[in-house]
Amino acid sequence: MTLGRALLQLLVFPGLLYAVPVAWLMLWIERKLTARLQGRIGPPFYQPFFDFVKLLAKRPLPRPPLQALAMSALPVLAVASTLGALALLPVFPHGGGFGGDLVLLVALLEVPPLCGVLAGFVSRSLYGELGATREAVLSIAYSLPFLAALVALAAAANSLSLSVISQQAMWQVRVPALIALALCLPVKLRVNPFSVANAEQEIYAGATTEFEGPRLALWELAHGLEWVALTGMWAVLAFPSADAPWPLRASLFVAISLLLVLAIATVAAATARLKLAQAARMYWLWGFAIGLIALVVAMVSP
Amino acid sequence: MGILDDLVRTARRRSPWLFHLNAGSCNGCDIELVTCLTPRYDVEQLGIRLEGSPRHADIIVVSGPVTRTTRVAVETVYAQVPDPKVVVALGSCPASCNVFAGSPTIEGPLDRIIPVDVYVPGCPPRPDAIMAGIADAIAILAGGGRT
Repeated sequence: MTLGRALLQLLVFPGLLYAVPVAWLMLWIERKLTARLQGRIGPPFYQPFFDFVKLLAKRPLPRPPLQALAMSALPVLAVASTLGALALLPVFPHGGGFGGDLVLLVALLEVPPLCGVLAGFVSRSLYGELGATREAVLSIAYSLPFLAALVALAAAANSLSLSVISQQAMWQVRVPALIALALCLPVKLRVNPFSVANAEQEIYAGATTEFEGPRLALWELAHGLEWVALTGMWAVLAFPSADAPWPLRASLFVAISLLLVLAIATVAAATARLKLAQAARMYWLWGFAIGLIALVVAMVSP
Repeated sequence: MGILDDLVRTARRRSPWLFHLNAGSCNGCDIELVTCLTPRYDVEQLGIRLEGSPRHADIIVVSGPVTRTTRVAVETVYAQVPDPKVVVALGSCPASCNVFAGSPTIEGPLDRIIPVDVYVPGCPPRPDAIMAGIADAIAILAGGGRT
């Protein structure tokens, strides 16, 4: 992968220039769909953009220097690592030898939840600490099926490269692995029925309770980018589209991402929040069962 | 800088987030405020959101006559909201202490404790009146609010 191509992926597609508007679009789809299903009209499509600008224009509150530094650096790190994860997605697979490294992708996708946990504790708010604790417990819970599914895919394709996996993984492995991954998306995106970590009305806003103005704007952006990155990863793994011309490949990527957002938002609007123990049990039992099926099939099949 | 200022002003007008503070209210005004979020009135289409944390808010909506025990909370929450911010006094109680005026446990009205920008009279006010009051608050916020 040449430097120019890497920059193109990071800054244009599927990186910054594509991801930020689409992140706002996905945040809007979630809110609009929830409103429509509740019989309301819901916010206009430019809502997340104006929320972001308004939060950026608020004056930050005075805080102790170290806390202020940590509270600004953590959301920046979350945004940066999610953008990095997006740049790794091999939407155009024939770009030299580097087709998106699975280990690096998983590591980068784990950074925002980790930043969230640290942010909750560093804000020294009771609700922030509660949200951070829940986030930490949940990330242990969903990591099991999430990693099991990815390991199964890697074993099936006998490679750690995302583009090779999306081409070569067998469908009997791919289907249960994709189901397990889809099950992990709502909790990673903190929406119902797994909105335990940011439980509004219950612990206010969880880890971001104490964040204001520009810092909160960055968290909102990081959250939107997580939507793009996680649904994008699922879309890349779901379709072996190497033979298709690039416009078709790119539009398939966008279409599958948006369909997945619609599905997640519909489930979110139709369900109520589970308790922490229920959510964790669900991932360790049913999530891991599906992941294990994928893993066993991948090991057994030739 | 002109375009940027216009953008910020538009963004403030389109995305006002409320924090609701109950300073000893009887719950009448509180129910009417939450009614604004229901499908019948649906203020989310104007970008209005009810936030749980004062750190996220632009507009503080105070109901109740400010009792002796809630005075500290009112002052704390006012300091916790980042600038620019606007204060809306919801109902008759924060405006005049209503039927509780003269009680030894009441420290109101609200404008003795924090500066108030918009009064929404009524006991309780109708959701339409609350939305009109919030619209006034939004106009103040777009112009830079209280800093």
